[in-house]
Amino acid sequence: MTARRLGLLALPLLWTAAFVVVPLLLILKISFAEAQLAQPPYTPLFQDGALAASLTNYSLLLEDTLYLRALGNSLLYAGLATICCLVIGLAIARAVTQAPKGWQPFLLTLIILPFWTSFLIRVYAWIALLKPEGLINAALLSSGVIDQPLVLVNTGFGVVLGMTYSYLPFAILPIYASLAGQSPRLTEAAIDLGSTPIRAFWLVTVPLARPGILAAGLMVFIPMAGEFVIPDLLGGSATIMMGQTLWTEFFSNRDWPLASALAVLLTLLLLVPAMTLQRLELGKASR
Amino acid sequence: MNRNRLSSINVAALALGLGFLYLPILLVVVFSFNASKLVTVWGGFSLHWYGVLFSSPAYLEAALHSLQIGAAAATLATLVGTLGALAFTRLGRFPGRQVFAGLMLAPMVLPEVILGVATLLLFVSLDVERGLLTVMLTHATFGAAFVLVIVQAKLVGMDPDLEAAARDLGAGPVKAFLLVTVPALLPALVAGWLLAFTLSLDDVVLASFVNGPGATTLPVRVYSAVRLGVSPEINAISTLLIALVSIFVIAASLLYKRTIVDRH
Repeated sequence: MTARRLGLLALPLLWTAAFVVVPLLLILKISFAEAQLAQPPYTPLFQDGALAASLTNYSLLLEDTLYLRALGNSLLYAGLATICCLVIGLAIARAVTQAPKGWQPFLLTLIILPFWTSFLIRVYAWIALLKPEGLINAALLSSGVIDQPLVLVNTGFGVVLGMTYSYLPFAILPIYASLAGQSPRLTEAAIDLGSTPIRAFWLVTVPLARPGILAAGLMVFIPMAGEFVIPDLLGGSATIMMGQTLWTEFFSNRDWPLASALAVLLTLLLLVPAMTLQRLELGKASR
Repeated sequence: MNRNRLSSINVAALALGLGFLYLPILLVVVFSFNASKLVTVWGGFSLHWYGVLFSSPAYLEAALHSLQIGAAAATLATLVGTLGALAFTRLGRFPGRQVFAGLMLAPMVLPEVILGVATLLLFVSLDVERGLLTVMLTHATFGAAFVLVIVQAKLVGMDPDLEAAARDLGAGPVKAFLLVTVPALLPALVAGWLLAFTLSLDDVVLASFVNGPGATTLPVRVYSAVRLGVSPEINAISTLLIALVSIFVIAASLLYKRTIVDRH
C-alpha cells in the first residue's frame, strides 16, 4: 500500500516541486536582491556568508506612481470587464436554460467554440474592427452618423471590450451550471405568488445562483488582472497594467529583482481571490 | 403572454451574444480572401495571402514548433495530471494533501505572467538553455492542472466497486486498473489531452517568457507581426487555424457522441 501510494505520488509531487514550488520561491528570493549589470542580472542573496536581503524593490513599488497607476489600472479595467462579463454572461446563460432541453448542449457548444479558436486571433480581430480606419469607423462614417473617426483603440474602452470578449465564455459556463441546477418550480412559485418574471429572476434565481456567479467573476477577474496581451494590443500608454509593467521591467529594463517584487505583489493581491476560486470551483472534485 | 415576452428577450440575448462572439471571427475569415492589401476595403476574392503565407518559411517553421511542443506537452500533462488525480481520489487523506492540491492547481489559477517569470527564473538559475524543451516543460506544467481537474471530476463520479469487482474476479491491481479504470477514464483522458494541446497551441505569454532564439512558436510569431499592425497574411493564418480547430472540435464531439450512443 505504501509503495503504491509513493508510486502514484512520486511524479506529480516531484513535478510540482520542480516547476511550481521552486520557481515561486525563486521569485520571492530574487525580489529581495538588487539589480546588477552581470549574468545573472541580480545580486546573490548571501554575500560572504551573510544575508544580503534588500527591501529596496518593494519600497520603490510603493513610492513610484508608475507602479501604483499600473496597479490601479489593472484593478479598474479587470473590474469593469468582470462586471460586463457577469451581466452579459447572466443574460446568455439564462437564455440557454430557457431554451428547449435538446437545444442546450448545442447552444453551449456554440458558446465555447470561440474559446477554442486562438485567443490572439480574437484580440487581433478587434484591432481590425476598432482602429480609426477600421470597419466600425468606416461604417459609421459612410452612414453619416459621425464625421470624424472615433478613437476606439488605445483606450480603456478598447481594453475592457477586448477582455470582456475574450473571457466571456469562461463566465457563461459556471453561471449556466448554477442556473441549470435550479428547479424551474421556484420561479414558477414566485410568479404564482404575484411576482413578475423579472422580479422573480432577481429575487429568486440570481441569489440562488450566487456561488456560480462568484466563481464566474473570479474565474475572469484573476487572469484579466494579470493580462498583458490585450492591454498591449488594444490599449495604449494610458492603460498600462501590472502584467505589462512586469514584462517591461523584466525584458526591456532587465530589472529582474523589481519585476520579481511586482510578481510577488500581484500574487499576494490575487491570493485571496485565487484561493476562494479554488475552493469554489476547482476544489469541488478534490473534496 | 408573459412567457412569450420572456422568450423573445431570451432569443434577443442569444442572438446578440452569439453575434458578439462570432462576428469578429467571421470578419477575419472573410477578409483573408480579400484581394486588396487594405484590411477594410473589399477588393474582390483572392487566395493571394494564402500563397504569401505558404511561401514564408518562418510561419511554417513556427507552426511545426507549435505542433511538436503541443503534442509533447499535452502527453506529459496528461500523465502528470492523471497521476495527480488518482493520488487525490484514491489515497484518501494524507498529510499536506490540500497544500499539494493547491500548488498543483496554482498554474491554472495564477495569471500566466507569474508562471512565466517564475519558470524563466528556474531555467536561468539552473543554466538551462532556453528553447523548445523549456517551452514544452512550462506548457506541460500549465496543462497538468487542467488535466487534473477534468480527470478528477471523472474519477469522483466513477463507481469504485467496478475495480473491486474485477479484483474479486481474480484480476491483480495493475490488471484491474488497466482493464477497468483506464477504459472508463478514456473520454476524460482524451478531453484532457486535447485541452492541454489546445492551451499549448494558443499560448503566447508563457512561450514568450521561456522560449529561445530558435524556438519561436506560431502564436509568438503572430504576436510580433500583430504588434506591427494589421496585415492580410495574419487574416489568412487565422482562418487556417480557425478551420483546423473547427475540424478538431467537430471530430472530438462526434467521437464523444458516438461513445455515448454506443453505451446506451
